[in-house]
Amino acid sequence: MLDHYLSLFIASVFVENMALAFFLGMCTFLAVSKKVSSAIGLGIAVVVVLAITVPVNNLILTYLLDEGALSWTGVAGAENIDLSFLGYLSYIGVIAAIVQILEMFLDKYVPALYNALGVFLPLITVNCAILGATLFMVERNYTFGESMVYGAGAGIGWALAITALAGIREKLKYSDVPAGLQGLGITFITVGLMSLGFMSFSGIQL
Amino acid sequence: MSAATPKGVLLTPLFKNNPIALQILGICSALAVTSSMSVSLVMALAVIAVTAFSNLFVSLIRNHIPSAIRIIVQMTIIASLVIVVDQVLKAYAYEMSKQLSVFVGLIITNCIVMGRAEGFAMQNGPALSFLDGIGNGLGYGLILMVVSFFRELLGSGSVFGFSVLAPVQDGGWYVPNGLMLLPPSAFFVIGLIIWVLRSVNPEQVEENQFQMKENSQPKEAV
Amino acid sequence: MAMSNNSIQKILIVAFALCIVCSVIVSAAAVALRPQQQFNQEADRKTNILQVADLYQPGEPINEQFEKVTPRAVDLRSGEYTDEVNPANYDGFSAARDPAQSRTLSGERDIAGLSRQENYSVVYLVGDPQNPEKIILPIRGQGLWGLMRGYLALSGDGNTIEGITFYSHSETPGLGGEVDNPRWKSQWDGKQVYADGELGEGKPDITLVKGGASGETEVDALSGATLTSKGVTNLVQFWLGEDGFGKYLAKFRDSSEGA
Repeated sequence: MLDHYLSLFIASVFVENMALAFFLGMCTFLAVSKKVSSAIGLGIAVVVVLAITVPVNNLILTYLLDEGALSWTGVAGAENIDLSFLGYLSYIGVIAAIVQILEMFLDKYVPALYNALGVFLPLITVNCAILGATLFMVERNYTFGESMVYGAGAGIGWALAITALAGIREKLKYSDVPAGLQGLGITFITVGLMSLGFMSFSGIQL
Repeated sequence: MSAATPKGVLLTPLFKNNPIALQILGICSALAVTSSMSVSLVMALAVIAVTAFSNLFVSLIRNHIPSAIRIIVQMTIIASLVIVVDQVLKAYAYEMSKQLSVFVGLIITNCIVMGRAEGFAMQNGPALSFLDGIGNGLGYGLILMVVSFFRELLGSGSVFGFSVLAPVQDGGWYVPNGLMLLPPSAFFVIGLIIWVLRSVNPEQVEENQFQMKENSQPKEAV
Repeated sequence: MAMSNNSIQKILIVAFALCIVCSVIVSAAAVALRPQQQFNQEADRKTNILQVADLYQPGEPINEQFEKVTPRAVDLRSGEYTDEVNPANYDGFSAARDPAQSRTLSGERDIAGLSRQENYSVVYLVGDPQNPEKIILPIRGQGLWGLMRGYLALSGDGNTIEGITFYSHSETPGLGGEVDNPRWKSQWDGKQVYADGELGEGKPDITLVKGGASGETEVDALSGATLTSKGVTNLVQFWLGEDGFGKYLAKFRDSSEGA
């Protein structure tokens, strides 16, 4: 059982890297990768939010939305209700709410962490990587345990990718890039090369 | 920006201020679906519909949205529209919806939709907002189609699924460039498109943050 | 009545009204389109089955075409037909995740990388269910990137392959993704599962080989896709072997010889 979780974890960090294999969270990925320090901050925020939202959304799916999920209420006919079409609406609501709660919680109890991560949290609600991980979890029918591992793994993979890109971009500032490619253009090419590098992890199985 | 005219609102996002190429918005979902043209077309249509209608509805109720909950109100409208689009695709274009899989759902977090609702529809009237939505959707779709054109042509030798360059697997002469079907190629293609766009429009070139100085004392450097 | 946009009252009214309107629209769309969507899903599954059996006629109503096909549930542990589950709506893939309806596989026995396997599966018989022309078996297993799912068609003798198809996989486009290529799939036709025709005894012989397949139990591997080819070999051998449909096929051959 443990090796199954470990293999899922490795796969979600490297093989199915959110940013480099599925292009998720690209807007923030490109916008906040100019400095390593802010990239690390955002990366940690994404790990925290993903590790919480994916399992929570898994519970929402299993106990509220899925076909027959409402049968625990004991109401007659509840086992035939299939609310899965409300999925997107519920997931995005859960994500927005959790981000908001996390922000308030950090502000009140862990001010040091809030000062470090606070500015990034609002960016995260509209980060496709968060919703994307939830949707992949739904599509692949992960169990609650799997979704916890997957959420954390996907977050760490994303954080790893943005930190690496920020490191490269810091060096890139001192390079002589053709005028038209300056800034955004060369960043795209760099991300493409990184993505090629990550493809060599394919087929890894523990 | 000067006063918005309907024509300007519709056309500016296509070339001059393209959401993908210049504002780096909405790339997330754009890239994964561009390995085939027909899938990209469906994706583009879905995004146009969602952007246009979310702009319209947000603009219609913009005077009644309390600012404290405005993000969540916009999000709810967008998510509802995406669900409707997803359901329609599942019912009438099942093959396509299978290939788009989770990326239809990801339109919700597509920064273009949210960005236009917040940045344009909250300040402008419904008709203009609707056009703005269509314009930005078209700008997004345009890049999507260009990227997928190159990826499909070079990667599988076809355009919209019709064989143009007969690939060797089917007894033709063209050896498809497999790289073009892999995710990284989308980054290369967009990077090159940005290069072309900026060479045509030099005022969009970003300043280098760290300007190289001419070597002040050439003799010492030798 | 002028109310400030930020009064609690107004926030609640707007939030509540928005929820009502959106949920009505979304539910209406979902309910109105559901029959069409279910039909699509069914039709998609049936089309895949008909295609692997070479029966698919584009343009004809799918349900009429599917009348030639009889689904039957099979107990994989004994190889017998069973009435425990309804073949029309049984989903082996989700049953494999339920500990009550599946068993764990490990090590040597789990060559297809499934880790759990359902107890029952559904086979599709073409023609007369007592003496079918073709048998279609659902197959799945790990490729390079992830799970590949498909169908394998056998002829009435239970040993000759009539076709193979993968309806869902995530292999590298252009390399492993060529499992979709009709030219590659067509060379499966007529291959033998067991060289000596002794079904259900030992490992099936059918394999993918690199660089020119020879003989009746060898199929050309996919070029540039070693791991995908290995995955295909493993999953075909698994599902035709003892833990897959091996017992069922052995019984099937015995009964058709006796008849």
